[in-house]
Amino acid sequence: MTISLGPYASFIVTSYAAAAIVVALLIGWVIIDYRNQTARLRELERSGVTRRSGRSAVDTPKTTI
Amino acid sequence: MSLIDLANPTRFLALSARVLPWLVAATIILLTIGLYQSAYAPDDYQQGATVKIMFIHVPNAWLSMFVWGVMSVASLGTLVWRHPLADVAAKAAAPIGASFTFLALLTGSLWGRPMWGTYWEWDARLTSVLILFLMYLGLMALWRAVEDPSRAARAAAVLTLVGALNLPIIKFSVDWWNTLHQPASVMRMGGSTLDKSFLIPLLVMAIAFTLLFVTLHIAAMRNEILRRRVRSLQMMQASRVAFSSDVGTASRQESASKGVA
Repeated sequence: MTISLGPYASFIVTSYAAAAIVVALLIGWVIIDYRNQTARLRELERSGVTRRSGRSAVDTPKTTI
Repeated sequence: MSLIDLANPTRFLALSARVLPWLVAATIILLTIGLYQSAYAPDDYQQGATVKIMFIHVPNAWLSMFVWGVMSVASLGTLVWRHPLADVAAKAAAPIGASFTFLALLTGSLWGRPMWGTYWEWDARLTSVLILFLMYLGLMALWRAVEDPSRAARAAAVLTLVGALNLPIIKFSVDWWNTLHQPASVMRMGGSTLDKSFLIPLLVMAIAFTLLFVTLHIAAMRNEILRRRVRSLQMMQASRVAFSSDVGTASRQESASKGVA
């Protein structure tokens, strides 16, 4: 079964492509930001700066994002 | 575990780490089903295949207002209850809400060109959504402009609650003014006017996009908590350096004065 998009196919395809790009950018932003923050926390902990509670600032190191 | 327990950022990080994989899976499954149903939905008798833009435009338009609603509740949490995670939630939601609003404007414009003959019209609905988008950008700029997160949170909370006045204007603009935009056809008194063949894919896509927002929001909140930990550790590090240099200077001065004596 094929999908027929008619004479305004370019408008439909552009809409879905734009949504895909923006959602991909959001996902990328969240993942990169998480990696940056955890890397900075580990670096600070390696330099001897720790939280007053003594616990690691990166509480969930096994998380994938 | 009560809701108050979740106010603890460490508990929130632990709980959200367990919930996130399930949310990601549910979002992917629902988006796949929604996109499949949207692709094979029948053409509209007037709009033809361009009706498929509705399945992406309407969820984003709903979310543009829903996210501001979430931020408004979080702002109340900041100003009234001083909830530890409230301003984290508000700050993390703003870029996501701005993205959904941008998509609502863009896909609406792309839907408007073949249907209305124009990409843009300065009518009440379109203009009020554009104002919402500009308010999202203003809020993000405010968060960046004020360095102290707690001061920024209070200013942003006030701006968010003032901006919430725009939500009923957006919702009822199609009833209050004569606009190019069609009136409500899903959430209206007397039930939806949409046929099931359009309504079901639309609802699936709306739920999928809402789940996408919840997933991204929780992930962005986790990042914001970690960012604040980085900031506080950096401040501790800076104060240690300042303290040790003060001690060093004082001991040098003391030994110098002993040498003179």
